[in-house]
Amino acid sequence: MISNRDSKTGQALFEYLLRLGDDRLVLGHRLSEWCGHAPILEEDIALANIALDCIGQASNFLSLAGKVENKGRNEDDLAYLREAVDFRNVQMVEVPNGDFAHTIARQFLFDVYSYPLLDELQKSADGEIAGIAEKAVKEDRYHLRHSSEWVRRLGDGTGESHDRVQNAFEDLWTYSEELFFTDEVDDILVAAGIAPDLALIKKAWEEMVAKVMKDATLDIPGNDRYMAQGSRNGRHSEHLGHLLAEMQIVHRSYPGVKW
Amino acid sequence: MTVSKEKILEYLTEVKDPEIPVLDIVEMGIVRDIVVHNETLKIDITPTYSGCPAMKLIEDQIIAELHKKGFDDITINTVMSPAWTTDWMSEKTKQKLKSYGIAPPGRLSDDEFDPLNYVDKEVDCPFCESNETELKSEFGSTACKSLYYCNNCCQPFEHFKCH
Ligand SMILES: [Zn+2]
Repeated sequence: MISNRDSKTGQALFEYLLRLGDDRLVLGHRLSEWCGHAPILEEDIALANIALDCIGQASNFLSLAGKVENKGRNEDDLAYLREAVDFRNVQMVEVPNGDFAHTIARQFLFDVYSYPLLDELQKSADGEIAGIAEKAVKEDRYHLRHSSEWVRRLGDGTGESHDRVQNAFEDLWTYSEELFFTDEVDDILVAAGIAPDLALIKKAWEEMVAKVMKDATLDIPGNDRYMAQGSRNGRHSEHLGHLLAEMQIVHRSYPGVKW
Repeated sequence: MTVSKEKILEYLTEVKDPEIPVLDIVEMGIVRDIVVHNETLKIDITPTYSGCPAMKLIEDQIIAELHKKGFDDITINTVMSPAWTTDWMSEKTKQKLKSYGIAPPGRLSDDEFDPLNYVDKEVDCPFCESNETELKSEFGSTACKSLYYCNNCCQPFEHFKCH
């Protein structure tokens, strides 16, 4: 499979796998910060479980990225030894957790993007990506059900929970457009049948967001605001550097440590 | 020494799932294929979940178990597709889960799954068989289980999710 791939497709595939892997790695790390701090025990366990799924999916995508790159880097090298500018995740996943409503709103906006994306990736012309997606989509359907049920409960709950989750959506909307950013990486891979057209995913995303937010008695924020951009090419908020410092310190301080 | 694939499978039933020690890795469906060539063994395994933290431990235990049986040349390969499913558990395996206190999964084909809405489904209490049970959380002590409460015998229990 790798042998008959030309270098341009190989380079695009490496970039694409970093986008898939880094979204889930950074989100998984943010979710893990809730461990021991969630409002109720069941949610503490749920968020830790979802974090673990995200990190596992990231490990699979980054391991494949290392193979495609063919420079001897494994998933740990890619997770722990890159700088912020080399990360390809969207800014939405790197923003601090905020309150529980903010974490749930972010998770929901990401899940409604990730679930249809992974569903389409099961049909990828690249068998290894399809295999990772086939497993991951089964996990994501549980993540999405968890976050969408919570959006309804918070939105249609008390006055305070409604306001908090509405504010969270207003804050996070700035980061929504980036999910659907495309460049030549997508063009090459869509043409090769490896990646789906993000326009299709966007349509599914908009429909699901509209449905759940309506049930939740929430207003969909308008698009007439500043929209974050650039993170798929390495331009991030200041938050990512701080997150990476914490995530990478043990690996960098004790290279090759085992326990 | 020539050994059959079946014999190796039998040896591997000694390796238990670290998180559900009543089940072995063969009945869990984690072992996908075995190729025996002279004294060389190639074993394909698949993770139950992408982030299953037990996979490394399972690999080490497979090697240790087969080492005891005299095999030194063992390669373990992780395969992703077909994705692991609870449908690979036999009825006997599901009964074992139930006796251990975990409500077993149903068939995937009977599972109505709407990713945007929880669909109420009947899960019987593994202790008293009552269907007067309620879901407390879709995520339990591990990703593969959800948390339930039985309103008849007033005990919490875990349900192995259909996956
Ligand atoms: Zn009961």
